[in-house]
Amino acid sequence: MSTTASPALDVDGLLANPTTQIVVCCGAGGVGKTTTSAALAVRAADAGRTVVVLTIDPARRLAQALGLTTLDNVPRVVKGVGADSGGRLWAMQLDMKRTFDEIVEAHSTPQRARQIYANPFYQSLSSSFAGTQEYMAMEKLGQLRARGEWDLIVVDTPPSRSALDFLDAPQRMARFLDGRMIRLLAAPAKAGGRAYLKVVGAGFALFARVLTRILGTQVLADVSAFVGALDSMFGGFRERAEATYEMLRRPGTAFIVVTAPESDALREASFFLDRLAADQMPLAGVIVNRVHGSAVPELSGQRAETAAEALEEIGGQELTASVLRIHADLMFLGRREQRLTARLRKAHPGVAMREIPALPGEVHDLAALRTVGAAMAGDPD
Amino acid sequence: MPALADEFPAARLHIVTGKGGTGKTTIAAALAIALAYGGRRTLLVEVEGRQGIAQLFDCAPLPYKETRIAVVPGGGEVLALAVDDEAALLDYLDMFYNLRRAGRALRKMGAIDFATAIAPGLRDVLLTGKVKEATTRMSNGKRVYDAVVLDAPPTGRITKFLNVTAEMSGLAKVGPIKTQSDGVMAVLRSSQTAVHIVTLLEEMPVQETIDAIADLSATGLPVGAVFVNAARSSLLPPADQRRAVTGRLGVARIAAGLELARLDGKAFGKRLTAEAVEHALRVGVQEESRERIAELDRPTVELPRLPGSLDLADLFELADILRQGGVA
Repeated sequence: MSTTASPALDVDGLLANPTTQIVVCCGAGGVGKTTTSAALAVRAADAGRTVVVLTIDPARRLAQALGLTTLDNVPRVVKGVGADSGGRLWAMQLDMKRTFDEIVEAHSTPQRARQIYANPFYQSLSSSFAGTQEYMAMEKLGQLRARGEWDLIVVDTPPSRSALDFLDAPQRMARFLDGRMIRLLAAPAKAGGRAYLKVVGAGFALFARVLTRILGTQVLADVSAFVGALDSMFGGFRERAEATYEMLRRPGTAFIVVTAPESDALREASFFLDRLAADQMPLAGVIVNRVHGSAVPELSGQRAETAAEALEEIGGQELTASVLRIHADLMFLGRREQRLTARLRKAHPGVAMREIPALPGEVHDLAALRTVGAAMAGDPD
Repeated sequence: MPALADEFPAARLHIVTGKGGTGKTTIAAALAIALAYGGRRTLLVEVEGRQGIAQLFDCAPLPYKETRIAVVPGGGEVLALAVDDEAALLDYLDMFYNLRRAGRALRKMGAIDFATAIAPGLRDVLLTGKVKEATTRMSNGKRVYDAVVLDAPPTGRITKFLNVTAEMSGLAKVGPIKTQSDGVMAVLRSSQTAVHIVTLLEEMPVQETIDAIADLSATGLPVGAVFVNAARSSLLPPADQRRAVTGRLGVARIAAGLELARLDGKAFGKRLTAEAVEHALRVGVQEESRERIAELDRPTVELPRLPGSLDLADLFELADILRQGGVA
């Protein structure tokens, strides 16, 4: 019923292609990114690839289905996948604080690492800074890739305030940690007196004084100590963020924008598609989850509704009348969803899409993930 | 189950949280409308810079200024405010340090972003401080707002967001910011405040609801109602609903009924039955979530899934359901 034709997203082609090394699933919160990532990973492993899926915050039962019962920030083998094809699947759930700790550990002496862990500013940065989760997801992706043990990495992205945070947060965080401001505030004494004022202006000096009063000297001392330690540790966050960003732009990466046939989620998806195009990120296509369709498309919603009314007048036919109402609702819902997704198709001509029918139950076992995977591949199963 | 208005007779600050994607902005807006009946004035506040209220009410992005967005039968009105953290910090600097002009230059330098970034607690104190100010504001010896509804951060961050004194304890021990955070906390823990949680009848949002209630209670924050959004109820007669979920819904009766309505029972019967079974399963799967919510023993209101994109009429419909549910 779609008004504008879009090419179908060839999921199997994408997953089977050995040059596809990273698949990133992104989209608004609550559209099923985690489920989509897991289903893609299972399908790829069943097709013979050696896959690791990095999930962010899976539902408890989905985590159990993937064998994610111990949260130790390392990939674990998922049993019962890929047996016939020689493929294998690992899964892990991101622990952002632990990932940050590991970076510190890898780049410093044990004594220095202990100092950093104890730093209150580090503790707040590694557990609650807006953007840390996005940054750490990208760090972990870089680490998994560097290990070279998997030929496909599927990444779920954090439930950001907006889907765009995911691309921006690493840069923002790098800017923040590498920035001029942090140096100026952290070490005003070093710049010293008149020269300092000349560089930053009187307004800033006043601000720094006020900030010190609001936050207390301890916070700024903590920041200063932390930045000092980082500086000597490794070549700056900015370079790391840039390296990750470049890795995402390479041809071996494929972005899949996940959405649902609802106006908010589709608006986010549209923004994201624009942004990926502007940044020249390699887009594979769009997956529209939870689309409602009818098994009886030839019986229109209006006809079903009229028939239900007729039966209600006759009386004694509550069951059939309710069945007809269920069908009418489904037809109307499906039509609304098609109208909404048609707008996305129209705004992004040529972008490959795939609609996944809504399942009656929740997805939390391998069988359900395989059903979703088959739907993604357009496989009638 | 207790009714919200009975359990929180003094509640004037309604904080609405929920997992992302559960519709907390929608519910917060409907609540602000519900509370404005009877000629009252309410304020709907957002703090995450998303302009979700403007999108919902289909109006221009809200300025950092209280703006009327709806009138309610009986002379009530709803105003809205999008609190911007930078503007709140500038307000604050101006109030205590007379720094407004310098503030503009600092904004350009990114200093504000920086200050709120190195001390996330500072940002939260400023945002909640603004909400507290609106809640307690008086004019001519009268409250300016009868109720304030906050579209708050999601469940994952709500306790941290509201527990401002704990967050600030590592920072200022004295001075205006300490006084401010203590004042905010006193209001948040008082009988004036109720923290409501929006959920869907799905595993993850329900789990987050349970976790958030535990966290909020442990922090001494008053947990209000659970709002179940987008709830479905079965269209099938109860006995047939039970038959359908256990795979015993027969095609013959339906096919016969179709013939009576002059539809081709043979062509449609089997497939329409399958649709009805799927509907029954979809509703059935919500039951488990519904039971877990009932165990929480909080005032609970179920709101239906409304078709299509929401408009103002839908918000009023939801507000009516909230009022019938004993919210206001």
